[in-house]
Amino acid sequence: MAEKRIVILGGGTGGTIVANRLRRRFDLTEAQIDVVDQDDWHVYQPGLLFVPFGMAEMHELVRPRYQQLARDVAFHEGEIEAVELDHDLVTLADGRVLPYDVLVVATGARLQPEETEGLLGPGWNERVFTFYTPEGAGMLRDPLEHFEGGRLVVNLVDMPIKCPVAPLEFVFLADWYLRERGVRSRTELVYSTPLDGAFTKPVASAQLASLLAEKEIELVTEFNAGEVDGVGGKLSSYDGRTVDFDLLVTVPLHGGAAYVERSPGLGDALGFVRTDRHTLQTTAKENVFALGDATDLPTSKAGSVTHFEAEVLAANVARYFAGEELETGYDGHANCFVETGFHKALLIDFNYETEPLAGHYPFPVGLPLLRESTLNHFGKLAFQWIYWHALLPGRPLPGIHPEMPAAGKRFPVPAAKGG
Amino acid sequence: MTATLIADTAVDVDAEGFLTEPIQWSEAIAEEIARDNGIPEMTDRHWLVVRFMRERYLTTGAAPSIRALGKESGVPVKELYELFPKGPAKLAAKIGGIPKPKGCI
Repeated sequence: MAEKRIVILGGGTGGTIVANRLRRRFDLTEAQIDVVDQDDWHVYQPGLLFVPFGMAEMHELVRPRYQQLARDVAFHEGEIEAVELDHDLVTLADGRVLPYDVLVVATGARLQPEETEGLLGPGWNERVFTFYTPEGAGMLRDPLEHFEGGRLVVNLVDMPIKCPVAPLEFVFLADWYLRERGVRSRTELVYSTPLDGAFTKPVASAQLASLLAEKEIELVTEFNAGEVDGVGGKLSSYDGRTVDFDLLVTVPLHGGAAYVERSPGLGDALGFVRTDRHTLQTTAKENVFALGDATDLPTSKAGSVTHFEAEVLAANVARYFAGEELETGYDGHANCFVETGFHKALLIDFNYETEPLAGHYPFPVGLPLLRESTLNHFGKLAFQWIYWHALLPGRPLPGIHPEMPAAGKRFPVPAAKGG
Repeated sequence: MTATLIADTAVDVDAEGFLTEPIQWSEAIAEEIARDNGIPEMTDRHWLVVRFMRERYLTTGAAPSIRALGKESGVPVKELYELFPKGPAKLAAKIGGIPKPKGCI
């Protein structure tokens, strides 16, 4: 019988890395580690972007969750009913009960297309699609292959979403794909966003807006989509504007996992878990930690974030058990490759305080930041291998640390503080 | 940040006219900002939203997003847009004398 019991909810990127890191930290007499997920399919989510364009196949992106976990981590497949914070236990829908000393919430974000009027109505998966699910990404391939021109609209309904750059990448890839197919001249490509620019932070936003302009993609800003008419091909905003489409690719609203709402005190209005932005302990209770897309932290919902958080979180679980003060080591560090088509990509690197800037990563000599390059495209492709073989096992990646590196970045003068 | 005069009161605002010091706010200031932004008269529903935003900011340090506002304030998103045309969260924050809500990345 182990001294402590750690229950991890979610066997995706965050849950898997944390489980594997904690397993190395504690031996079997010190801690029992349980991971719970509703299914046994671990999807490499960055790959979904490529499926509609035939640049990736679904079966290449999915592996059993169980196999990504270290030996001696117990995996439970089942739907989570609720977390009972007062009793330190998790109940599953089939009646199983898992008591814990420490709970880690890593159940990610859930798509909520039902929250936008008409989105799931007639036309859904016929001329209205999302590539944010394996099924949706797969079904979008055929209509793109047979698209003969007209208005292709890419829309993000509202923040927060997973991988905020993905809809931009989609529109860049669509431009490339339709040029190759010879129908781009008959196509109007539109990118509509509730943000006041192409992206959230000024320097990257300006850079990405000029890329959109260069590729002749129309940018519609401050468009808060409230209703979709999939038959008439009309997307309407709450303030009464409309965007017509022949094919709509949308990123639906996101919320936290359903059980979070069934667990009083755990989450906010959208079902995201209130979490300390530096220690990753939740504000719900001191023995509950959270990471990744499941949190309410003001940084990207992205795998890189989760990976950096996992390192800090695992160390803090150990500190918590030892009765030590938690380390405030997480700085909001995120980085993402932004695929821009034509075998090119740009890379952005940022944290809570510093917006994405130009320069190089992770050192003054390295991958170019905020600039299109073939090197970054290959970086993005190589990352899939790194994900399964180094990132999930929780192995250190040389030169890659939770804290954002400042060396190599070109700071505006005076040094700008992002928000 | 610049100093300016709203409703005969000296306040500090950012480039877009958001108060940078929430403590300088008053109801008279709110009414003047509302008028300048196309809301001739603040109704009870306007005040409900503005007070909710302001209280949330003062207790948590962050203003709620439009979705959270719709779920928690009791005023549905559609009505929020009728009350505060264009950007309800932004406009209600401006009228409520709190800094511009930050877009998350």
